[in-house]
Amino acid sequence: MAQIRCCTASGCRAAGGDALLQALQQARGHQGLSPAALSIKAVGCLRLCGRGPLVALDPADGGCQKLYGAVPPASALALVQLALAPHAPGAATALAAHAVDGDHPFFALQQPVVLEGLGRVDPESIDDALAHGAYSQLQRCRAEARPEQVRACIRSSGLRGRGGAGYPTGLKWDTVALQPKGPRLVVCNADEGDPGAFMDRAVLEGDPHRLLEGLAIAAFAVGAELGYVYLRAEYPLAIARLRRALRQLRQRGLLQGLDLQLRVGAGAYVCGEETALLASIAGGRGTPRQRPPYPAQQGLFGRPTLINNVETLAAVPAILRRGADWYAALGTGRSRGTKVFSLSGALPHTGLVEVPMGTSLRTVVETMGGASGVKAVQTGGPAGGCIPSALLDTPIAYETLAELGSMLGSGGMVVLPEGLPMPQLVRYFMGFCAAESCGKCVPCRAGTVQLAQLLDRFCAGRGSAGDLQQLEQLGRMVQATSLCGLGQGAPNPVFSTLRHFRHEYEAACGGAPR
Amino acid sequence: MTALTLTIDGELLAVPPGTTLLQACRQQGVALPTLCHLDGLQPVGACRLCLVEVEGAGRLMAACLGLVAEGMVVRTDTPQLRAFRRLTVEMLFAEGNHVCAVCVANGACELQDVAVAVGMDHVDLTYQWPQRPVDASHPRFAIDHNRCILCTRCVRACDELERAHVWDVAWRGSHCRIIAGLDQPWGSVEACTSCGQCVDACPTGALFDKQETCGERQPRPQRARLHQGGLP
Repeated sequence: MAQIRCCTASGCRAAGGDALLQALQQARGHQGLSPAALSIKAVGCLRLCGRGPLVALDPADGGCQKLYGAVPPASALALVQLALAPHAPGAATALAAHAVDGDHPFFALQQPVVLEGLGRVDPESIDDALAHGAYSQLQRCRAEARPEQVRACIRSSGLRGRGGAGYPTGLKWDTVALQPKGPRLVVCNADEGDPGAFMDRAVLEGDPHRLLEGLAIAAFAVGAELGYVYLRAEYPLAIARLRRALRQLRQRGLLQGLDLQLRVGAGAYVCGEETALLASIAGGRGTPRQRPPYPAQQGLFGRPTLINNVETLAAVPAILRRGADWYAALGTGRSRGTKVFSLSGALPHTGLVEVPMGTSLRTVVETMGGASGVKAVQTGGPAGGCIPSALLDTPIAYETLAELGSMLGSGGMVVLPEGLPMPQLVRYFMGFCAAESCGKCVPCRAGTVQLAQLLDRFCAGRGSAGDLQQLEQLGRMVQATSLCGLGQGAPNPVFSTLRHFRHEYEAACGGAPR
Repeated sequence: MTALTLTIDGELLAVPPGTTLLQACRQQGVALPTLCHLDGLQPVGACRLCLVEVEGAGRLMAACLGLVAEGMVVRTDTPQLRAFRRLTVEMLFAEGNHVCAVCVANGACELQDVAVAVGMDHVDLTYQWPQRPVDASHPRFAIDHNRCILCTRCVRACDELERAHVWDVAWRGSHCRIIAGLDQPWGSVEACTSCGQCVDACPTGALFDKQETCGERQPRPQRARLHQGGLP
């Protein structure tokens, strides 16, 4: 049976994916076809978000799938006809302008692990998810494995936290599991908020059952009976789909005594910080607190709490299915497996890529993304940094990017064009941190404001040597004395650009003294 | 184990388990500057003035929250810490509108005392001169947000001691503000018992008794008792 898969994730929706899906269904009706003769499926992200709305076509003869981008609803009929008769003369020419080369490195070099169901599974149907193998690993764990075996598997896979900090996931699971007897909880951190990051959103919108399976397996592995997904309010589609998935999961009785709940944030970036997130779930103001005690010891409601990011949990079912050794064989050094990046900025191919750790930045940005004339690549969001084009051959890993003064972060990767003044970019991130500071501790609340005002002077080309000195001094102070990662990381873009692009700051000096 | 030993600025001392670094420092006679800390209230580690260096720890540690562990080596007075403390106090002065000459707390102000203690004789940072309101709707007391340093001592005193939870923090970043009730005039908050503990807990002149005028605030007996750790 021929099948048309139409992306209905946020990116393609914004480009008109909904209208296209409707037009496709109408066109099928006009052709007098039943859904049995031609399946039109709403799916999650098809990766190349910049060319949305995207449609994938699976011919009836089992031939190679074809991908079309920027498809207007007017082309729906041509798509339906092409799906039915792929070899009819002239069938493909009508859509030639929309054809996307599926063999392009952007697709060819991807290694889908977290994203393997994305674009294939209908995110609103648990039956379809089950048909694609969802919850099979959860059931296998419950039937065949002891929690410690599951934890050992994750430990030996080398999986590390994909939220940015890179803490070994197996170790975290062990720490929670080994706390004294009593209730414990699992929490999925889905408060993705870095500017330029949309990996987790794609998973939530495109394959929610994979995440829930990962979360349920984590709960099994640490002995939790209650779990939360903390999801930001700015992702309405993800919220709707996750709600639906949870409802389906409960109706099917697949949770078996585990209670999973959704908590929607109120739009605070700082709630991605784990202690602030827990405070927010508990009903308080989303402000961080000093660690230790770590949430693994004393977290939500004072109970030992496991907190993992969306991508971390979504990798778990695949690791259990294909084995820890398989996963550990991917990647490099102490960074194993694959990493999802959301590519955006000054490059032709924007969207989601999942590549093995150790792939070079150049491969991702230039070969896959097709970028040219790159000045630098910004990774790690507001706490990250900029890696100049001369260093793009660096393999992607937690340690290598940190050595360059940036960080792997959660997976936002913004390509910066030649001609972009670095102080301006850094000023944007500093403004973001100042606006998103929770205001609890002084260096973050007041320091980021001062740093932003200093950066304003460099943006306007009227900095001074004294300003530069104060920028560094203040940056070091905010970094060292802030209470949580938001403030501690806020000066990172300053230091990273001072390291690689200091001349731009110096060129902005020498104007009128302040 | 009934006692833990640690080194503070080169001096050995023994403390019972559960002692915070701040308590240990005080026992040793080391006067760490603090603003958000008030004995008897839950510590929050917000003002970052009591940060100390602990050997082997990756980061500076807030002494009010950090618990003493056996064999800790703590430094409280290094050039780096002195510079950070001074900058922190500068930030507080630059952030609000602190005009000592017309403040009820002039001479009885902890922010003033801390500024003297860390040697802050001028402010290098940019003064923000924010537009902030004064709420004098309460019959006995008033809050002048210009003088507020967001230490949240009033919030905690009202919540933990009086159990009324009239105060809380609203907004984010530099827009943060202490609010009464559901961000309403203080005088209209029925939960307020007019006990005045928030006023007593305030380290600056932000919360004050309407009967006081410039420089009239005295360190009161209640204030002193709060400082010493007992309930009033």
